[in-house]
Amino acid sequence: MKLQGLNSRGNVEKIMKDLKSQASKNAAPRKPGGLNSEIQSRIGHQLRAMYDDVVRQGVPDRFADLIRKLDVPGGEPQVDGSGGSNDQTNGRD
Amino acid sequence: MPLTDSLRDEILGSVPSLRAFAISLSGNSDRADDLVQETLLRALANIDSFQPGSNLPAWLFTILRNLFRSDYRKRRREVEDAEGNYAKTLKTHPSQGAHLEFEEFRVALEKLPQDQREALILVGASGFSYEDAAAICGCAVGTIKSRVNRARSKLAALLYVEGAEDFGPDETVRAVIGGSGG
Repeated sequence: MKLQGLNSRGNVEKIMKDLKSQASKNAAPRKPGGLNSEIQSRIGHQLRAMYDDVVRQGVPDRFADLIRKLDVPGGEPQVDGSGGSNDQTNGRD
Repeated sequence: MPLTDSLRDEILGSVPSLRAFAISLSGNSDRADDLVQETLLRALANIDSFQPGSNLPAWLFTILRNLFRSDYRKRRREVEDAEGNYAKTLKTHPSQGAHLEFEEFRVALEKLPQDQREALILVGASGFSYEDAAAICGCAVGTIKSRVNRARSKLAALLYVEGAEDFGPDETVRAVIGGSGG
């Protein structure tokens, strides 16, 4: 297959979009006003898979060491700031 | 409260999910680990302000989220290098076959507005209640719900426009352009 016309990002995206919209004509129509529950569960599944992949890595040594070091009396770091625990200023919408 | 052994263990126990949250937010594992480190230092330095019996993970996530927000504002103008870094820097990879889909999902997630992305991750992956997520983000519960819904709709639109099963037009196009798509 010739690459002509496919070499710019914009073209590729347009073609992919066209293919997808073609696909949508062949597939079951999407329910108006709501996400198909199968898609929802796939999104949930992928989100957790991505997240859990990191969770399974456990605690890297650098963090275990950090917490251990802070165990030593007087070993607390000099850190400024309130820790942001009560920062309610970021709520937007 | 003072830093007791059990509290320290609890903080340590939150590290894996803090990392997952940080990576999901920033899309970059080096930056994520810096965020986690900063979060731990802040938490330990301010441990006196933690209320015994309250939700420790939520407290830690709040700190991390606020650090990310201020960090993000600082870095806004820097060159966006996140794309592609996330999957590469993971220590464990999903199976090769799942990799494309995984990468595609991550890229789609990064296209969401930050508010929606963090809401979706907190509720959909970290397992926080809407109430906890609202507290972490400093907004109303209803706002979190609508952000999560919008995030899901947008992801669905980005990933499965048509609701078809693995239809594969993306793979076809990728093959044509030599695998550089995505």
